[in-house]
Amino acid sequence: MIIAERKPVDEILGMVKNAERILVLGCRGCVTVCSAGGEREVEILASLIRLGMKKQGRDVEVIEGSLVRQCDKEYIDAIDQWQGRYDIIISTACGVGVNFIANQRPTDKVYPALNTSFLGGSPEQGVWTEQCAGCGNCILHLTGGLCPVARCAKSLLNGPCGGSVDGKCEINPQVECVWQLIHDRLGRLDNQDMMNEIMPIRDWSTAGHGGPRKVLRDDLTI
Amino acid sequence: MSFTPDIQAFCCHYTSQQTIAEGREGLKNDGLPDSVNLNRLVCTGKLQVSSLLKAFENGADGVYVAGCPADECHNMKGSRRAAKRVLAVKKALKELGVEPERVEMYHLQRGFHPEFIEAAQEMDKRIKDLGPCSLKGEDK
Ligand code: SF4
Ligand code: SF4
Repeated sequence: MIIAERKPVDEILGMVKNAERILVLGCRGCVTVCSAGGEREVEILASLIRLGMKKQGRDVEVIEGSLVRQCDKEYIDAIDQWQGRYDIIISTACGVGVNFIANQRPTDKVYPALNTSFLGGSPEQGVWTEQCAGCGNCILHLTGGLCPVARCAKSLLNGPCGGSVDGKCEINPQVECVWQLIHDRLGRLDNQDMMNEIMPIRDWSTAGHGGPRKVLRDDLTI
Repeated sequence: MSFTPDIQAFCCHYTSQQTIAEGREGLKNDGLPDSVNLNRLVCTGKLQVSSLLKAFENGADGVYVAGCPADECHNMKGSRRAAKRVLAVKKALKELGVEPERVEMYHLQRGFHPEFIEAAQEMDKRIKDLGPCSLKGEDK
């Protein structure tokens, strides 16, 4: 899922500084699961905005709301229920949600409450780690299911780089060298020969280097 | 200048048994400061970050939570969860430019113990020393 975390309160207060009526809008998708922008976090952020503004001697009206998702057109339309009651929207969705609101509501001011961090998972409660970079041309079948695009600091396709020490990446001893993990795992799976295969130079256009990407499914469009 | 702070205490059922047994008057005789208002909960693990922030929104100068000893909570991890939430509020206060000591977690023995009153007195003194909370916007 998409992992995100709240921006510093100061930065958010800067966004709302000229507003009188603020809609803090949560998303019940990924950001609820990673505890960054669901209903509970909306409640907290609304409180922080009210407190921060009050400290500056300002009383603002903060409305709390949330949508099923902010990344689907039909759910964005539900913002109409607050029509006329807000000057700006502070979205606690990922960047997709903020873009979707901006795309669909030409005159609404919408600002991000979160820093959208990466595609990842939660190995233990309260911890999230990056696992995939959405490169658009998955090679996990060649790397034992472990992603070097997202998890190698240099996104090497023919690793390791030679800098790893005791299985840790040379950029930071806290980070595991994913190529060491790939090597060990392929060995365990009796696929160690795959380490000798040289991956050819790759076309990165599917990874966003060819401009914004789009998926079109004719069988689903109406 | 005399200042009577508004201190909201959130106490679990087990650490605040004294409050039922003695009532407000009895507690006062034991030394519970007037500034402290007790809010009883079934378990401090139930407290949300937003409830603690709400207390500040409602004008509190200080807020504290009294739960069971960290490794002996009646509900296993309730008071440890509460301590984490208090930490989150400390962080939020810091972000807002407010003294994080305005919120505190106390792990107290269950039942009748003088520590219950001592925690209240400590917070009363601490908040009196700090003065009114700037989140009330009164110095603007
Ligand atoms: S190879 Fe690409 S699609 Fe596959 S996990 Fe890595 S970044 Fe994601
Ligand atoms: S040490 Fe491993 S993870 Fe780090 S950059 Fe080199 S190959 Fe990539």
